[in-house]
Amino acid sequence: MLDSNSNITIIEPKKGLVAVDLKELWNYRELLYFLTKRDIKVRYKQTILGGLWAIIQPVFTMVVFTIFFGRMAKMPSNDIPYPIFVYAGLLPWTYFANALSASGESLVGSANLITKVYFPRLIVPTAASLAGLLDFFIAMLVLLGMMVYYQLVPSFQILLFPFLLGLTFLCAVGAGLWLSALNVQYRDIRYVIPFLIQIWMFVSPVIYPMSLVPEKYHWLLALNPMAGVIGAFRSSLLGHHPIDWTLLGISSLIIVIILLSGVYYFRKMERTFADVI
Amino acid sequence: MAETVIKVKNLSKRYRIGVREGYKTFRETLVDSVKAPFRRIANIGKPVPKDETIWALKAVSFEVKKGEVLGIIGRNGAGKTTLLKILSRITEPTEGRIELKGRVGSLLEVGSGFHPELSGHENIYLYGAILGMDSYEITKKFDEIVAFAEIEKFIDTPVKRYSSGMYMRLAFAVAAHLEPEILLVDEVLAVGDAAFQKKCLGKMGKVAEEGRTVLFVSHNMGAIESLCHRGILLESGEKAFESEIHSVVSKYLSKSYETLEDPLKNCARLGNGKIHVVDFHLESPDGEVLKAARSGEPIVFCFKFENRDCLSNEKVSFCFSVYTDKEFALFHYYSHFSNIYFQDLPKQGWAKCLIPELYLSPGNYLVMSYTLVSGERADWPQAFLPITVVGADFYGTGNPNLSSWGPMLVKGKWAVKEI
Ligand SMILES: Nc1ncnc2c1ncn2[C@@H]1O[C@H](COP(=O)(O)OP(=O)(O)OP(=O)(O)O)[C@@H](O)[C@H]1O
Ligand SMILES: [Mg+2]
Repeated sequence: MLDSNSNITIIEPKKGLVAVDLKELWNYRELLYFLTKRDIKVRYKQTILGGLWAIIQPVFTMVVFTIFFGRMAKMPSNDIPYPIFVYAGLLPWTYFANALSASGESLVGSANLITKVYFPRLIVPTAASLAGLLDFFIAMLVLLGMMVYYQLVPSFQILLFPFLLGLTFLCAVGAGLWLSALNVQYRDIRYVIPFLIQIWMFVSPVIYPMSLVPEKYHWLLALNPMAGVIGAFRSSLLGHHPIDWTLLGISSLIIVIILLSGVYYFRKMERTFADVI
Repeated sequence: MAETVIKVKNLSKRYRIGVREGYKTFRETLVDSVKAPFRRIANIGKPVPKDETIWALKAVSFEVKKGEVLGIIGRNGAGKTTLLKILSRITEPTEGRIELKGRVGSLLEVGSGFHPELSGHENIYLYGAILGMDSYEITKKFDEIVAFAEIEKFIDTPVKRYSSGMYMRLAFAVAAHLEPEILLVDEVLAVGDAAFQKKCLGKMGKVAEEGRTVLFVSHNMGAIESLCHRGILLESGEKAFESEIHSVVSKYLSKSYETLEDPLKNCARLGNGKIHVVDFHLESPDGEVLKAARSGEPIVFCFKFENRDCLSNEKVSFCFSVYTDKEFALFHYYSHFSNIYFQDLPKQGWAKCLIPELYLSPGNYLVMSYTLVSGERADWPQAFLPITVVGADFYGTGNPNLSSWGPMLVKGKWAVKEI
């Protein structure tokens, strides 16, 4: 055996459940930072409007939804103006949807890295989800403007905002881990992702308030972790409505389950990524 | 005694190879999982189909000491890249165990971490981080990296505008300044011009001098021999030979040249047919069959002949000529030029010609054979016999990277005289 003083790496076939090596992840934190920066830079460099897209996408969606759902369908919006109601829902949703599709595609998109260099693979989908946060904050500026315009003051619940953003991020990472690892094995996932996101949006209270759903079906809605998160987002930002703590609690629990199972599945499949990708 | 820094024991790697790519579509998996139980019942007692997997490495064991440069050679598909991929933890072994001491840096196909849209500057930081450097380290080495790559002027240009040589120079420069304790290098000299190749080799040599360990995979035997101390020969995933580097290279080159079809077998022939040359190979002076000749070293051209109907007193002159791979004739050499004639030839035999020093530069060449019997053309097979010449230390300077500008090499004595 080698001297046991300095850092010895053992390489062996791994069996069963492999714990996440947190120390190693910490050592590679700079790579996470650089990959995130790369994703942001590349996107802003390749597009003419750059950061403006972060605003254009949710603002146009808001306008269209306001016309069709707010004006024409007379969608109820808990007594707040429909535009800001829907924008406060679109904000976390747009981030979630973009982060999910970016991380779902991230591993396959980094095939040349994965087959040529070693680093903790968890970094790839995580960086993809992180990169979307910049867009989120840019789009947030529009919301602040709208809050001034509509004279809406957030309640103390705004303190929950970082926690809710964290939950959204973890939900995107958790589901992203599942999708990206599946995508390596089954390329059909690429076609499933946009479809999944579309369906997911309609079962989340983005364009309609939770109150539109009959009380007895709320438990069903609670199974969708983004339902509780988006509802709480809106409450914390617009201060019109108390947060539904039960729903948020269930959502948080489900997000933790998605994340842990995602990490487990990812770690399990990770050892074959370089061979099959 | 230097300490052991790499210890590989019984390392095996099995790959699955389907008829198609490794990944399946969802539908296939669904169909498979429905079919599987039935298939399992049908297959009871039958062995697992072997052709679905391949052992890229089979029970390979070796050790490397600190500061050693180990060459890994073998034919295409021998498992060299697989070995480096396992050592650098890109893929997992199927069996076996490795112990490594120190930070591992690998260079398998340089530049794969680059993003085409980002500038050289940004890519240096990104690639450095991918290889495991922190930004403080990269900043410290930044100027050195740029100078080594010789791309000062293009440092703010997106790398998609780089020529492939510049791209690879930058990537090599980053990786070479990484200062890992163990450096794994796979075939990275294939691109880049001769000057840069030399620079890379020099850099790797320096890395080893600084007491770090290098594992080097290449098909360039000259580079391998000048850089490495020891070598491992891999053959279909198994370690066939391990020794001091020169004997490993000779062993590799002596593995008989497997041409698809013998060009002398059914070729057209000119001449009266009193003799037929039926086989050809190269040999070392010790009689070892070689796969390739080496610039500046002794080589034996061997022609197997069949004596069909020569009279015993007839004088035979064997001849061969060498062409470039573009079929441009370089020389021909009849034995009778040296006043050598053969008489009383056996029914079958080998005619061998030892060339004490081969003045050909590295490359591929073609050989033709002729035979004169009593001054008349007896046999001229209309077939080019391919040979390969690989670089070696022709000038005795320790540099095997010979010029391939033109097929011939010369060396002599230089002097300056005052008038
Ligand atoms: N991801 C993979 N899936 C299936 N088979 C693979 C995979 N990677 C390599 N192989 C197989 O493993 C064997 C060894 O390949 P490897 O790349 O190690 O060869 P090599 O010695 O590097 O060859 P070369 O000199 O051509 O670079 C080959 O038969 C190859 O087809
Ligand atoms: Mg290879």
